[in-house]
Amino acid sequence: MEQISIERAIGQALAEEMRRDARVLLLGEGVATKRPELVAEFGPARVRNTPLAEAIIAGTAVGAAATGLRPVIDLLFAPFLSYAMDALVNSAGKLRHLSGGQFEFPLVAIAMTGAGWGVGSQHNHNLEAWFAHAPGLKVVMPSTPADFKGLLKSAIRDDNPVLYFVDIGLLQQAGEVPAGESLVPLGRAAIARSGRDLSLVSYAKTVPVCLEAAARLAADGIEAEVIDLRSIKPLDLGTVLDSVRRTGRVVVVHEANRSFGVGAELAALVAEHAFDVLKARPLRLGGPDAPAAASIPLEQAYVPSVGAVCEAARSLLRCD
Amino acid sequence: MSPLPSLARPADRLEAMLLIRAYELRLAALAAETGIPGTCSAVGQEAAAVGVVSALTGDDLILTNHRSAGHLLARGADPGRMMAEVMGRRDGYCKGRSGSLHISARELGVVLTSTIVGGELSLATGVALSQTMLGRPGIVACFFGDGAACEGIFHEALNLAAVWKLPILFVCENNQWQAFVHRRETMLAEHISGFAAAYGVGGATVDGNDVEAVRAAALEAVESIRASGRPFLLETATYRMRGHLEPDDQHYVDAGELAAWRARDPIAQLRSRLLAAGGLTDGEADAIDARIAARVAAAEDFALASPWPDPAGLADDVYA
Repeated sequence: MEQISIERAIGQALAEEMRRDARVLLLGEGVATKRPELVAEFGPARVRNTPLAEAIIAGTAVGAAATGLRPVIDLLFAPFLSYAMDALVNSAGKLRHLSGGQFEFPLVAIAMTGAGWGVGSQHNHNLEAWFAHAPGLKVVMPSTPADFKGLLKSAIRDDNPVLYFVDIGLLQQAGEVPAGESLVPLGRAAIARSGRDLSLVSYAKTVPVCLEAAARLAADGIEAEVIDLRSIKPLDLGTVLDSVRRTGRVVVVHEANRSFGVGAELAALVAEHAFDVLKARPLRLGGPDAPAAASIPLEQAYVPSVGAVCEAARSLLRCD
Repeated sequence: MSPLPSLARPADRLEAMLLIRAYELRLAALAAETGIPGTCSAVGQEAAAVGVVSALTGDDLILTNHRSAGHLLARGADPGRMMAEVMGRRDGYCKGRSGSLHISARELGVVLTSTIVGGELSLATGVALSQTMLGRPGIVACFFGDGAACEGIFHEALNLAAVWKLPILFVCENNQWQAFVHRRETMLAEHISGFAAAYGVGGATVDGNDVEAVRAAALEAVESIRASGRPFLLETATYRMRGHLEPDDQHYVDAGELAAWRARDPIAQLRSRLLAAGGLTDGEADAIDARIAARVAAAEDFALASPWPDPAGLADDVYA
C-alpha cells in the first residue's frame, strides 16, 4: 500500500470523484490557486476560487446542490463556518424537511481545525458538535489518511450535506492508503485497537493520543480498546455499545471543549443503553471551556494528553 | 412542469393581482377571526409580483421569501394547496410543514424559498450556477426586499453573480418596511438599485405600483440577462399596505403616508385605466371579481377539508 499524507489523500479523493461525476465541483477560498492540477484536469468552471465571503460560498453550494450539482466547498478554518451557518443550518439542514421533501442537498463543506499551527481560536475551534446538533446535516472527522480519502469520497456521493473536518495537527501525517477505489462508509466507526478492560472512544487527533495511551497501559497489563468514530453523525452507536458491553468502562476523548459536546452525548447514550453493564461511571476528556490560545504550549495543553487518558483509565479500573 | 397561467393580456394581469389580493385578505381575516397562523402579506405589492412573473418563461426559476403569495399565485400555484399549507394541512405544497413562511413549489419552478431575510439571495447564485453549468435555458428570478438589501449577503450575492456572470434577475421589492421598521430609519439612500453600478451590473428602479411599467422593465431586464448572461438588479418601488405579520393594527404607521399609497393602489389603478381605455368592460370586470371570489372560497373549503399531517412523520424527509 502507498504511504501518503492526509493532504494528498484529500487531493486524490477530490480528483477521483470529479473524474467519476461531472456534477462534482470545487469552490472556495484559493482552491484553484492551491490545486492547479485539478484546474488543469477539470477546467476553471469546476474548480473555482471565490471571494473571501463564506456566507455566499456556502449559499451558492446549497443552491447548486438543490438543483443538480454536487459541490464541495473549502471554507479554510472551522470558525469561518460561523459566517456560513445560515446556508448550512437553515437552508441545507432544514429546507428538505420544511418543503415536504422537494429538495436534497448533496454537498460537502471542508474546514480545518485543531491545535497544531498556533493560530488561536478564531482559526482553531473544534465546533463539530454545533453541526451534529443541527438536524439534516452529517459530520465526519477522520484520523487516518485512508479514512480521510475514503470518507471524502463517500461524503461526495452522499445526497446530504456533510461537514468534513480536517484536524490541522494530522494534516502532514502519512499513512497507508489502499490503491484504487476505496470507500469508507459514513456512520461506521473503526476499532483502532482491541482490548478487554476499557473502551477509549475518540476521533480526529485524539485517536493517536488514545492509541499511545493504550500502548502505555498495556505495559501495566491494562488492555484498552480504542474506537475511532470517524463519523460523528450518523453515529455508529452499535460499535460503541458493543465495545462497552465487553469492557464495562468507557472514556470519551476529544479535543473540543467538554461542555455540551460530543462526549456528553456519548456518555448519555452509553448510560441510557448499557447502564446495566457499566462497572464504572462514564468519563469525558476534552478541552477546557475556554477559547484555544495561540501560544504553542497553551494550545497543546488544551488537547487531552496521553498522561491524562492513562490516568482516567486507571481511575476507572480502581473503581472495581 | 404544469402549464403556467397566461399573463399575456392586461386583463390576465388584473385577474392575477385580484386573486393575490383576495387570497391575502382572506387569510388576514382568518388569522384575526379564527387564530390560524398569521401571514406576512404583500398587500399593495401585487403589481411588482405579477409584472415580474409575467416577464418570465416556464424555463425560468423563482426564489422567494416569506412574502411569497404573490409570486406563487402569479406563477400559477393552486390557492387551495397554498391555503392548506398556511394552515399546516397535509395537502399543502410542503405537506403542511412549511406553513406560510417557506413555501416552495418545485413543479412550478419556485425553488428554495427561505424565510431568513436574505436567505434567498444566498441560494440564488447556486441555482443560477446549476442553470449555467448544466446547460439549462432558464434564468433565475430572486425576490427580496429592502430589508434584505441591508443584509451583508445581498452584497455578497450581487458581487459573486457579477464576477461569475450568473443569469439572475435580482428583484428588490422596496416596500418601505423592514418588519416593523421604516426603511428611512435603516438606510440613507431612497433606492436599492444604486448598488448595481457599484458591482458592475445593470440596475433600474421602476414604479412598482404600475404593473405595465414593471412588466416592461422586467422584460427589458430579462432580455439583457439572456443576451449578456449577466445579472440585473431591478427595484420595484412600492408599499406594503398592511402590517408585518397578521394581525397587525399598524398603529406605528404614518396615516398620511399610508393614505397616499392607498391612493396609488396598483389594482385600482390598472382597473380604472383598462376600463377607461376600453381594454375591459364593466361586465368583464364583474365576471373577474366573481371568479376570484369563487376561487378563494373554494380554496378555503379545500384547505379546511384537508387532514392534519400525521405526527408519525415528524422526522420524515430530514435526510435524503
